[in-house]
Amino acid sequence: MLLTYLKVFLTGGIICLIGQILITKTKMTSARILVLFMCLGVFLEGVGIYQYVVDFGKAGATVPIIGFGRTLAKGVIKDVSTKGFLGIFTGGLAATAAGIAASVIFSFFVALIFHSKTKHS
Amino acid sequence: MNKEERNKKYLAYVSSKSPKTREWPTLFYAFVIGGLICCFGQLVNDTLQMWFPAMTETELGAWTLIVIIFITCVLTGIGVFDDIARFAGAGTIIPITGFANSICSSAIEFRREGIIFGMCAKMFTVAGPVIVCAVVSSTLVGIVYLLI
Amino acid sequence: MKSNRLGNSTIVFKNKPRIESYYSMVGQKEAKGPFKKYFDYILNDDLCGKKSFELAEREILERTIIGAIDKGHVDFNEIDFIIGGDLLNQIISSSFSARHFEKPFIGLYGACSTMSESLAIGAALIDGGYANKTICATVSHFSTAERQYRTPLELGNQRPPVSQWTVTGAGATILSNSAKGNYVSMATFGKVTDYGVTDANNMGAAMAPAASETLVEHFLDTKRRPEDYDLIVTGDLGKLGSEIFRDLMEHRGYKLGGNYSDCGQMIFSRDQRTFQGGSGAGCSASILNSYILKQMDAGKFNRVLFMATGALLSTLSTQQGETIPCIAHAVVIEREQEKSTEKVNNTQKKPKIKRSSN
Repeated sequence: MLLTYLKVFLTGGIICLIGQILITKTKMTSARILVLFMCLGVFLEGVGIYQYVVDFGKAGATVPIIGFGRTLAKGVIKDVSTKGFLGIFTGGLAATAAGIAASVIFSFFVALIFHSKTKHS
Repeated sequence: MNKEERNKKYLAYVSSKSPKTREWPTLFYAFVIGGLICCFGQLVNDTLQMWFPAMTETELGAWTLIVIIFITCVLTGIGVFDDIARFAGAGTIIPITGFANSICSSAIEFRREGIIFGMCAKMFTVAGPVIVCAVVSSTLVGIVYLLI
Repeated sequence: MKSNRLGNSTIVFKNKPRIESYYSMVGQKEAKGPFKKYFDYILNDDLCGKKSFELAEREILERTIIGAIDKGHVDFNEIDFIIGGDLLNQIISSSFSARHFEKPFIGLYGACSTMSESLAIGAALIDGGYANKTICATVSHFSTAERQYRTPLELGNQRPPVSQWTVTGAGATILSNSAKGNYVSMATFGKVTDYGVTDANNMGAAMAPAASETLVEHFLDTKRRPEDYDLIVTGDLGKLGSEIFRDLMEHRGYKLGGNYSDCGQMIFSRDQRTFQGGSGAGCSASILNSYILKQMDAGKFNRVLFMATGALLSTLSTQQGETIPCIAHAVVIEREQEKSTEKVNNTQKKPKIKRSSN
């Protein structure tokens, strides 16, 4: 139990650490970092490596945006094998629909309620 | 001295003079907070599994993300998220929290320009590239798998 | 022909446009800095009770202009022109505010350099006899600038260590042709200068060359030296920018001493997490119209060179990877003093004859 959480912590922490190194070294903006890590996830799943990371790190590997990319690739690969050509178009977004839809819906209602605030520090 | 040479010299001088981020603290915070967010994800995952033993692994993963996204959006709305993110840096950008925050902050920001052309249209100003690249890259993977 | 001009870019105001009144208004964060006691008004709420930050910015400018009129007991009917600008696209804050005053309005855009630009133009109008009284005012707001130039306010990202903090604040100066008071004696208009900096966060480094070009030009035109001023103050170069500026000036043969300072560096104290300091059109405007002019009234400074600096970039130009062109305008403000004014006149006459003869 505790060991699982230690593995999750280490995996998630190291992925974020790599991101932070990129931010400080290359002055990348957050949008670029997100795109880069997402594409990395698609690639790693595409070549079949990322499953090992998920087996080791569990949520530590799926919660970062890199896991979002992995879900995309996984969905496409699955749909291509079952539906053939159509799977290329349906697989990715279908697999990640929950994350995207949740972000949009919660953002929509939050934005109806709250206003942005001036920052003091 | 021509202008290009002058500019080159000046830029080299500026970058030598510019202060660098103090790396160790930011790396430490990114590592710890990023790790903690993932642990929280695992906790949500395990709790859900306990309550609903019938759920598949994919479903559990989706619910975990939804819970984290919900918390992120609320924290963004009450104006706390960016205070955490200032310390955490990549620790909050890399987990799904960064993706949710980028959508939510844009939605709140442009709310004042109206719901349709403000909030709805500008919601993806930061996160748009992520979704576009997601579709493009996954399509590429799909094509490769179709061919082999 | 060029009797009112010195050298290439300096104009001299012989009729001494006077500073009749001045007023400054800042937000809460600025009031936590070291100059709190000098500001005329401190806002409790950055929104000013309005629905959006853009409306608030307008409100701040309007209140500042009215404040300057009230403070100097100026008759509003005597005012001929309102001159001003801000940082937003199409300078909406200034022009939208100006519609309430129903006075001829001259809208300027020089980014953060707008305060000195408007003072120079206002002084020229009075000196030429085209106006009796002009209001020169600029404003900036952290939240509007942030959303226009950078990212949404609630987006969780880290500010780079070279960045500056846009000041929420405004300053207004009323210039007039009256007989006494501190006056604007000359102005040096700057050239657009670009040393190839592309990092839109590092404004100090982008603007420092423009500032040094203008100041060197000013010294060449007037045959003055840095020691001739009690205070040389730049607009918003920030900590890094003003260090670079010092180096550039020394490289050109003018060593700036303890009489040099920078509004951006002054306005926030170190522990306010603003990295390089303040920026924005309201930064130089609020410091000039509070600390500097009050200290001149008190007799602490007799001759001040105020040089606001501006980065003339837009979000489009940054995204297209273009370098940042910058500009700086300088105005000289002198304290009314019998002896020193004579000395000024002498120093002004000599180079004028030389230049016109060749």
